[in-house]
Amino acid sequence: MAADEAAKAGFRTAAAPQDWVRLSVDGRELAVPPGTSILEAARRAGVEIPTLCYHPELTVAGACRLCLVEVEGARNLAAACATPVQQDMVVHTESPQVVEARRTVLELLLQNHPLECYRCERNGDCRLQDYAYRYQVEAPRRPGAVRHFAPDDRNPFFVRDYDKCILCGQCVRVCDEIQAIGAIDYTRRGFNTQITSAYGQGLEEAGCVFCGMCVDVCPVGALVPKYALGAGRSWEKTWRRTICPYCGVGCAIELAVKGGRIVGARAAHDSPANAGKICVKGHFGWDFVQSPDRLTTPLVRRGGKDGPLEPASWEEALHRVARGLAEIREQYGPDALAVLSSAKCTNEENYLMQKLARAALGTNNVDHCARLCHASTVAGLATAFGSGAMTNSIGDLAQAQVLLVIGSNTTEAHPVIGLRIKEAVRRGAKLIVADPRRIPLTRYADLHLQLLPGTNVALLNGLAWIIWKRGWYDAEFVAARTEGFEGWSRAVEPYNPEYVSKLTGVPVQALEEAARFYAQAERAAIVYSMGVTQHTSGTDGVLAVANLAMLTGNLGRPGTGVNPLRGQNNVQGACDMGALPDVLPGYQKIEDPAVREKFGRAWGVRLPERPGLTVTEIMDAAARGQIKGLYLMGENPVLSDPDAGHVQQALQRLDFLVVQDIFLTESAALADVVLPGTTFAEKEGTFTNTERRVQKFMPVIEPVGAARPDWQILLDVAERLGHRWDTRTPAAILDEAASLTPIYGGIRHRRLGPAGLQWPCPTPDHPGTPILHTQQFSRGKGLFYPVTYRRAHELPDEEYPFILSTGRLLFHFHTGTMSRRSPELTTHRPWERSEINRQDAARLGLKDGDVARIRSRRGSVLARVEVTDRVPPGVVFMTFHYRESAANLLTAAALDPVARIPEFKVSAVQVEKVAPEQAPAVPEEYARCMRPEARV
Amino acid sequence: MANGAQDGSRLVQVQAPAQRFAYLQAAVDDAAAEGQRGEELLIPLLQAVQGKFGYLPAEDLAAVAEILHVPLSRVYGVATFYNQFRLTPVGKHIIRSCTGTACHVKGAQMLRDALQAELGIAPGQTTPDGRFTWELVACLGACGMAPVIMIDDEFHGRLTPQQLPRILRTYSA
Ligand code: SF4
Ligand code: SF4
Ligand code: SF4
Ligand code: FES
Ligand code: FES
Repeated sequence: MAADEAAKAGFRTAAAPQDWVRLSVDGRELAVPPGTSILEAARRAGVEIPTLCYHPELTVAGACRLCLVEVEGARNLAAACATPVQQDMVVHTESPQVVEARRTVLELLLQNHPLECYRCERNGDCRLQDYAYRYQVEAPRRPGAVRHFAPDDRNPFFVRDYDKCILCGQCVRVCDEIQAIGAIDYTRRGFNTQITSAYGQGLEEAGCVFCGMCVDVCPVGALVPKYALGAGRSWEKTWRRTICPYCGVGCAIELAVKGGRIVGARAAHDSPANAGKICVKGHFGWDFVQSPDRLTTPLVRRGGKDGPLEPASWEEALHRVARGLAEIREQYGPDALAVLSSAKCTNEENYLMQKLARAALGTNNVDHCARLCHASTVAGLATAFGSGAMTNSIGDLAQAQVLLVIGSNTTEAHPVIGLRIKEAVRRGAKLIVADPRRIPLTRYADLHLQLLPGTNVALLNGLAWIIWKRGWYDAEFVAARTEGFEGWSRAVEPYNPEYVSKLTGVPVQALEEAARFYAQAERAAIVYSMGVTQHTSGTDGVLAVANLAMLTGNLGRPGTGVNPLRGQNNVQGACDMGALPDVLPGYQKIEDPAVREKFGRAWGVRLPERPGLTVTEIMDAAARGQIKGLYLMGENPVLSDPDAGHVQQALQRLDFLVVQDIFLTESAALADVVLPGTTFAEKEGTFTNTERRVQKFMPVIEPVGAARPDWQILLDVAERLGHRWDTRTPAAILDEAASLTPIYGGIRHRRLGPAGLQWPCPTPDHPGTPILHTQQFSRGKGLFYPVTYRRAHELPDEEYPFILSTGRLLFHFHTGTMSRRSPELTTHRPWERSEINRQDAARLGLKDGDVARIRSRRGSVLARVEVTDRVPPGVVFMTFHYRESAANLLTAAALDPVARIPEFKVSAVQVEKVAPEQAPAVPEEYARCMRPEARV
Repeated sequence: MANGAQDGSRLVQVQAPAQRFAYLQAAVDDAAAEGQRGEELLIPLLQAVQGKFGYLPAEDLAAVAEILHVPLSRVYGVATFYNQFRLTPVGKHIIRSCTGTACHVKGAQMLRDALQAELGIAPGQTTPDGRFTWELVACLGACGMAPVIMIDDEFHGRLTPQQLPRILRTYSA
């Protein structure tokens, strides 16, 4: 890459300190790398030059002229943000001439600015106000016309007040350069210039994804979240840093707190996970924390199984829990008990939960929802590489020259990682998207391989076949770093392009093209997610991904790798902490006597030897009456597990059910004891994001009501079961976990700064590991594991002619219990809109917004439909966010034979139109959030 | 390699552009032949659209955005920045009414009110029947005849509101 190209691509060219440029700013001598602007140089020297249009993460616009400075010997004042330093430059940033020029700029702006600071959201935190104050600019008397445009408040998220807009263009640039949407731009001209979408249409129609990053960069009060209006003055709020509770990206965010309540959110700029970026859920999704529906006191069921759940003291509730669990253990043995831990809870809490199961209850029946999303990743990558996690880092993706994104609707499910992919494209990377749907990312793609659902293995083997047969593979890497190539190549032999094209529906030419792109690149990364894992062939799919990467040597270097994107904010951590039936923390096998011995000694118990049951097996065993007691922490299997009707029956059949959660979920409503836990905002702990980054966070507010942090509850339950553990703080709990978990060996709360640490981090002075398998694989050699295409468990037939695929929407999360309580998110997407292709819709007489009954062999649901060409003919897409249209009543508990993950991505269904009156009602607890009084 | 995204050779299987937009592809080729590429093509393409239709139809703007891989908001922003581009179809006849000082003094505002009543549209718009497009302009350079309007290339001076209907009637639909 030539130097200027590199600079364009955003890499600052490295120069040795002796080549640095020396200059003087306000009498201070400094040296900076060539190419630095005067503004940045001054900031390094601690001199703050005022700016309105400059943003360090955006291109330089040089539009506001407020950063003018005097350069000795130059004829005119220079815009500091846009002028590079020169050798021996002498700069004055506050000379009388400069001050005069700044006053003029500010006067002109104020001329057209409503002087309404008293009711402006940004009063006290507005750059225009600050500078007008700093330079003591007088309020203008307004001889001329003043612009006036009606504000745009047509979306539920934020208001654009054109009159306050100073046209700095930061919102335009962030939307174009970071979000890569370009929903807005300068329109019209001169006096009438405005920042609008094309034709002034609503932002949604313009493709806006309501990330709110434009709101965050606006230097004045022109872009304001609706939740902020009237909710607190800038000086009444404190901003506290935490980690977003939604997806596995693990964005660092800041929450505004006033009077003990959260009143706002924005991105934090100090974590490499998101580097100042944020999505709509992180920005607008925090209301659930303060929902009136929060459980604020323990509940116990009085008067037998049919009695009501009634408020109780902690004392009574904990006693009931301990007694209930102990009785079952005594009567039926420990394996009649099971626990489900939570990918929403902290590492410390997951560690305690599995310790509770193994040490206090004596069973390995512990699992969590990772089973439902990435169990096949853990199994597949452990086989191939010896370690089941994302090999590279999020920031690293932008370095790739080719990105193959398969089965990941990245911009919706992992939005901030989606931004990195767009950044790579912007830098010139080629993007190949393999997905049955025309997901938003296809807009940025060079190639869209629209494969039939359930044919990933065929596709991946097919790409590998081409690369292998054409001799495009990295023979050196294969020879030096891997084993099993021979056997693998025999298995791949049949997957010639014609055959693969027939299986997948992808044209031969597109296969050839994709294989060529991927093989040609020096650095190619694969990103995948649930579109690969949630199949009966999920583990095979993961292995096929691993094979393709090994074949081309795309591992162990920046911009390469096999990158599974984990769904929940702490699903990585929950797995790392051993909330799995067959492994202890750090993936140490329960079947290994030495491992059992180590943990047994540390915990002072004898550990159960046999691996326990998985989520789906636990539910089956409960339905059969073999599991009698279940302790659920932060999981709602009634909605999230396949074949939901079956799960409900299983829970009802239990002798004793404890649910620890923040809401009275569908599962909690069936419990004998309900324990009120806390949200991320009310506790201390660590989360591990999808790139293995362990990040620490502190409480932002006090727990609501009598709710308690989950780690405290677990310690209390253990104590009542006769196990008093002396790890009484999250830091102490993690210390214990680290002492037993080599990959976390060096991780301590006190070491975790804003960037956290990426495991493996074996020792207290280890800096963490951004890229895995650089020298050798965790298992030594990478293993080519032969995999062959198997058909999905259920294919469409005459009776059930459609393939149903399930997934996520940008605006909601998981079963909706968090995101549907946000007035913004829920107003924007109040109900399910199942996607159906135009042609199919026409045949069935369905129009946009019509109601359909979707039926599978397991159940039937009603949902509104959206007629679209995002899905191909024959495919219906539903999210699993809406309980009144619960997609998982339709999916089958058909399992991957290795990882026991259910096939959420393929079920056969039929679709029929029903009367509009049959549209399912929005449940009251969410409908309430859409009413205007929701925010008081 | 580093230029993958800029070289215009994207392979996404977007639906083949409708026949109607073939002229745009031709315009891209012409401009490219002159060494223009990427966003430099934006203005030549807008000119091609306007050359063909006399204004910029919304679907054609969307097609320009698609072809150049730039956001529609940018295309729209440029289209509204330059005076030469129009977003609405022009009527068969263009009425320009003067807002200059001399005309102002002689009652141009009354004329404009009358035009508005007569045409049923605001300045900058076109009558629904496509007969007239009405624009406001600064001095028409015929101050001696103030107040003035111009219809196509004819001046009508010393005009009173009462005369308007008779004059407009003479311009065919
Ligand atoms: S919310 Fe995001 S997508 Fe929408 S206009 Fe702002 S920056 Fe662009
Ligand atoms: S809305 Fe804010 S960020 Fe956007 S141009 Fe106006 S002042 Fe700048
Ligand atoms: S990308 Fe994920 S972690 Fe980041 S703000 Fe959005 S939901 Fe939260
Ligand atoms: S900050 Fe330099 S011109 Fe705006
Ligand atoms: S002022 Fe109207 S023609 Fe000059």
